Amino acid sequence: MKRKVLSLALISTALVTSAYAQEATLTIESWRNDDLALWQDKIIPAFEAEHPDIKLVFSPFAPTEYDAALNAKLEAGSAGDIITCRPFDRSLGLYDGGHLSDLSDLEAMLNFSDVAKAAWQTDDGSATFCVPMASVIHGFIYNKDAFDELGIDVPSTEAEFFAALGKIKEDGTYIPMAMGTNDQWEAATMGYNNIGPNYWKGEEGRLALIEGSQKLTDEQWVAPYETLAKWSEYLGDGYEAQTYPDSQNLFTLGRAAIYPAGSWEISGFNTQADFEMGAFKPPVRNAGDTCYISDHTDIGIGMNAATENPEAARTFLAWVASPEFAKIFGNALPGFFPLSNTPVELEDPLAKEFVSWREDCETTIRSTYQILSRGEPNLELETWNASANVVRGAESPEEAGQRLQDGLANWYAPHQ
Amino acid sequence: MQTRRIRWHIAVFLAPAVLVYTAVMIFPLFNTLRLALFTEVDQARVYVGLENFRTLFFDPIWSEQFWNALGNNFWFFLIHMLVQNPIGIALAAILSHPRLRFAALYRSAIFIPTILSFVIVGFAWKLILSPLWGIAPSMLDAIGLKSLFAPWLGKEEYALTTLALVSVWQFVGIPMMLIYAALLSIPEEILEAGEIDGITGASAFWKIKLPLILPSIGIISILTFVGNFNAFDLIYVSQGALAGPDFSTDILGTFMYRTFFGFQLQLGDPHMGSAIAGAMFAIILVGVCIYLFGIQTRMRRYQL
Repeated sequence: MKRKVLSLALISTALVTSAYAQEATLTIESWRNDDLALWQDKIIPAFEAEHPDIKLVFSPFAPTEYDAALNAKLEAGSAGDIITCRPFDRSLGLYDGGHLSDLSDLEAMLNFSDVAKAAWQTDDGSATFCVPMASVIHGFIYNKDAFDELGIDVPSTEAEFFAALGKIKEDGTYIPMAMGTNDQWEAATMGYNNIGPNYWKGEEGRLALIEGSQKLTDEQWVAPYETLAKWSEYLGDGYEAQTYPDSQNLFTLGRAAIYPAGSWEISGFNTQADFEMGAFKPPVRNAGDTCYISDHTDIGIGMNAATENPEAARTFLAWVASPEFAKIFGNALPGFFPLSNTPVELEDPLAKEFVSWREDCETTIRSTYQILSRGEPNLELETWNASANVVRGAESPEEAGQRLQDGLANWYAPHQ
Repeated sequence: MQTRRIRWHIAVFLAPAVLVYTAVMIFPLFNTLRLALFTEVDQARVYVGLENFRTLFFDPIWSEQFWNALGNNFWFFLIHMLVQNPIGIALAAILSHPRLRFAALYRSAIFIPTILSFVIVGFAWKLILSPLWGIAPSMLDAIGLKSLFAPWLGKEEYALTTLALVSVWQFVGIPMMLIYAALLSIPEEILEAGEIDGITGASAFWKIKLPLILPSIGIISILTFVGNFNAFDLIYVSQGALAGPDFSTDILGTFMYRTFFGFQLQLGDPHMGSAIAGAMFAIILVGVCIYLFGIQTRMRRYQL
């Protein structure tokens, strides 16, 4: 009798298991640990409602640990089914290493422009291996209350920008600008690549640099460093030891008036700051110049080539490529702007301000990301170092330009 | 005649330790050294002999970083030797004084940072020294020395020394404890015999106790050396993998981490990373050998 019960139990377990086998669970690797709540509360329920047979698990890392951890997991074969893609070489390396699947035949890819897809394609454009998710736009976020209080108008040229900084400094209530050099990337990303496109004319300069017809010692590449060096007197006391979270807190606590920003800050700032915020685009050098902004394709999503559920993964990726996802994502995460061709109506005023610049200005991406950071020394990391050095006054703009150029020429044939 | 029996129990008792140690230490160590002899070309691993080491020592881009990291590492070690160990010995001497009250309290208080995680220590000190929210600027202000404050962790000339001192703060308990134990093991008779000969107080320390604890000081020095040349955590926690400002706090550990695992847009290179790890191993091995064969064998020992 006992045995019968046991075998019955076994059979029923087997049945249940086979019923469950239909159901696929997809694990998503990501560096966006800030977005955990958004995925759990909005994106995953929306997807699972449409596809009840697929379960999603979002398992993010801290941004600085992501790449090393992901590589280790991929090598060990324990990485998740879905992989959030950094733009350009990081992901290209994964694709070349056989860790990412080719998604060119995914029908939903037609929802994206070539520019949007460029960050996740092979150099010849023959294979696309990640679905573009979002881009981030650089600019400056300012404290509207502070500007009103001091009677400052939003600057549109560099002269006005420095006049405004001077006025804030003179008044003394606010630290003019919240940026530190401790983490280095702030100076490079929020500094150099924020204001730089106005100097090197966006794509024109970026592509010329890749081609080798412009050098990092040219005026348009050195001048942003000269401007950056002038920032130092408007930064807070001890900015040399100020970290990225310090800068964010300085601004959201209302102690600093201007924050050189990436649009990804918007959602965090919205919850932290209790004053009204506005945004202005990187000031142009002279009134009437064409403006250029960095609209950087920052985040994509692809499929682990070793996944056990390729069908489910493709279903999910097709959904990510759909306008429906773009709408949820764009509004839940103001500041990450969906890249799909269908325009998404955004609700957040600050995000709207950022995205409106796409209409007035030429857009480009960060200068060091495509191809130029493939060799040793790594141009992106060198740019971090140089930008921080220039702000601290430890290196002159010319020296920095020369050093970067030498480093690039060391391995990059078009510059040799 | 009795045949000599094989003493199986020795092998049996040794086996667990040997197996575990081999699996988690010896094998990875030699595998890392082996990895340093390869490189990756078009997704395939290729044997290149000592090419990686040649790059590391002679390619200006790599060697500059390597020598910078090694120099910083020596400075880090020097600060520990000059600050941590003398303070540790002094504290132990004070603690072993028979008339000191609350000795157990001081001993625990000084030893506690040692058991804290690097992450906690690094983060706490970063906050203490922060020019924005730290208590260091306001404390200096309270005694009228605000002008002495600088954003130490952000200045090239101070950052490494500051971090070395933070590390000293954390680990001063270890030399203190070891020396304290050595001091306690000195028999009373010797000290009493010295007293009869008129050697008391400070001169008793210099003439009797110090020579007797020299072997312990030697051990502490070598532990400091190995610990410092393997250091990574504190720098990584407080300055990140780029060990800023301008690589002024870059030590071999952070240099290896950056190379091996990659950082931001820089892809990881396990082969060059292993070469750096190999160089670190060699440096530590040479240091330990110099100590073992050059110093320890010549050290005079006293039968107590």
